[in-house]
Amino acid sequence: MTVPTKKRSGASKHRADDTRPVFNESGIEIKTTYTAEDLEASGGVEMVGLPGEYPFTRGIHREMYRKRPWTMRQYTGFGNPQDTNERFKFLIENGQTGLNVAFDLPSQIGLDSDDELAIGEIGRVGMAVDSLRDFEVAFDGIDLEKITVSLTINGSAAVMIAMYLAMAEKRGYDISKLRGTAQNDILKEFIGRGTWIFPVEPSIKLVADTIEYCAHNAPKYSPVSVCGYHIRESGADPAQEMAYGFCIAKAYMDLVLERELDVDEFASRLSFNFNIYGNIFEQVAKFRAGRGLWAKIVKEEYGATNPRSMVLRMIAGGGGSGLTKEQPEVNIVRGAYYALISALSGAQTMALCCYDEAYTIPSEGAQRLSLRTMQLLIEEMGLCDTVDPLAGSYYVETLTNQMRDRMVEVMAEVDEQGGIVKMVAEGTIQAQVSAQAYKLLQDIESGEFPKVGINCYQMDEEEPEVEYHPYQEEDARSQIRRLADLRDERDAAEVEAALAKVVEDAKSGVNVMPSIMAAVKAYATVGEMTEALVSVYGRYNEPVRF
Amino acid sequence: MNARRIRVLIAKPGLDGHDRGAKVVVRALIDAGFEVIYTGLRQAPAAVAQVALEEDVDVIGLSSMAGSHVPYCQRLKELLIEKGLDDKLWIIGGSIPAPDQEALKELGLDGIFPAGSRLEEIVDFINEKCT
Repeated sequence: MTVPTKKRSGASKHRADDTRPVFNESGIEIKTTYTAEDLEASGGVEMVGLPGEYPFTRGIHREMYRKRPWTMRQYTGFGNPQDTNERFKFLIENGQTGLNVAFDLPSQIGLDSDDELAIGEIGRVGMAVDSLRDFEVAFDGIDLEKITVSLTINGSAAVMIAMYLAMAEKRGYDISKLRGTAQNDILKEFIGRGTWIFPVEPSIKLVADTIEYCAHNAPKYSPVSVCGYHIRESGADPAQEMAYGFCIAKAYMDLVLERELDVDEFASRLSFNFNIYGNIFEQVAKFRAGRGLWAKIVKEEYGATNPRSMVLRMIAGGGGSGLTKEQPEVNIVRGAYYALISALSGAQTMALCCYDEAYTIPSEGAQRLSLRTMQLLIEEMGLCDTVDPLAGSYYVETLTNQMRDRMVEVMAEVDEQGGIVKMVAEGTIQAQVSAQAYKLLQDIESGEFPKVGINCYQMDEEEPEVEYHPYQEEDARSQIRRLADLRDERDAAEVEAALAKVVEDAKSGVNVMPSIMAAVKAYATVGEMTEALVSVYGRYNEPVRF
Repeated sequence: MNARRIRVLIAKPGLDGHDRGAKVVVRALIDAGFEVIYTGLRQAPAAVAQVALEEDVDVIGLSSMAGSHVPYCQRLKELLIEKGLDDKLWIIGGSIPAPDQEALKELGLDGIFPAGSRLEEIVDFINEKCT
């Protein structure tokens, strides 16, 4: 076997005779010592600035966590809306400050619970939603002004955003003041995660529709959370994760700008979602670099004048690919370090993967432990006292400059290859990311990339005691019964007319959100509205490239 | 000795879209010299059985990350029997909880490769069973 000429950062066998240079995952060489000269050579402190001021490298708020700690928003949802409502309330009672809704796969790809393809999948990986009625149950008794809600929904996001807004309106909230977030980043779904429905072009048109609709009707709502997260989970390195995320965000912005909206009318409501596992310093530098780069892009390329348009608001969390099935209790410790990274990086919102996620939908105990991990940092560890505490370190500032340069290079490579939309449609970016995932696994299997419990410090393990989340057949059956009742009780003619209007608007190319809102209020189902759109847009045909 | 290369079908059953593992396994199997047919996402049991028949595969491999594999394999098994494909090597990998592994073995899965399995284990298993 040939010995690689580069050493991965963190390599466990720190031996005096191993003199190979050390590189982080983004391909940047790490020196033994950093000085003022290294910082100067990397570009100096021009982009550092102050927290709350352009270019926001040090954070998007002047006082940051001293004024308000990050929002704690564990990803939750399973079974029917009633089950999920109970878990939401459990988390809120335990100090959670936001909700992050997991939908089941049929809901995510626009199928009703009585669809044949939904068999065995109803309520399995998230909450089942068929109609507005399900949203009414899921959020019953939850104060939507106190607790902001994030919907992890993409393929069917236009429909689910409409359901959320309609539910809030019905409960008497003024949607022009309502906060909340939808993930609604379909381009990354084509790269990883896979809940696409329509072909690429109409899919991104729908994203632009939601941004435009919210800018006019729900201007405090964040209609998109652009996700580098899942691209990283699919095999991208940290610099690529952020660079691809920015390419995607720009693709959405370009579409919205064709609609006579000014960049300052919507850019401040774009948010981001990034991963946190890996080398601590590389991660912190990634977030600091990304904030400065995004601010520069929005100001210089898009001509924004409102500083709030330039800030990179983000949920930074998860870290699923960093966790292991081996020695699962070690994931509790990993999670604590990941939370530390997120806090040191100035995230607005945090969600941690639970230690039992490689086995099951997290138990209540595992969810609570993730919450306590974040609460420890807030209450006991001093993470909220001062903003951007690693600023000024020669290493961190140098690495921040280098990570930013690397992101700029990756974005230029995407432009050279015709842009992110073209690369996604042709499957080239998927192939590249998956080739990297393969290489990483080979490096893990050879021991070149150290992973505790997998290629070092292994133990003979008994199957661990895990509280498996049981799949509730009865919940699935009750969801189908409730859907049948709904179909009987609603005004069929009203539903039919509303769906016809969705088709008509999709055909004419106007913004479909108003007609989707009307259909939602008539209790049309997720599947019916999706089918209406499919009848015009067609379905995506996945390119498979290796 | 037959020079025909071992033909392996890799499919993503059910509605889940997490395909990192499936694609990594496809690459490893190609590197090991197998002919690999990858179906892409959201394959219904009937589609998997049909492709297995048309492509005349020796191995039917499923990658499951989201837990619907037991009911899925129950339906697939009926179709494999119906098409006379139940003698093919049938394997599954991914996030397969321990309680499901017994049920899958009873259904006739020949090999189960839960998360954490090494790529060479999968390659060796196929080589051993198919030659």
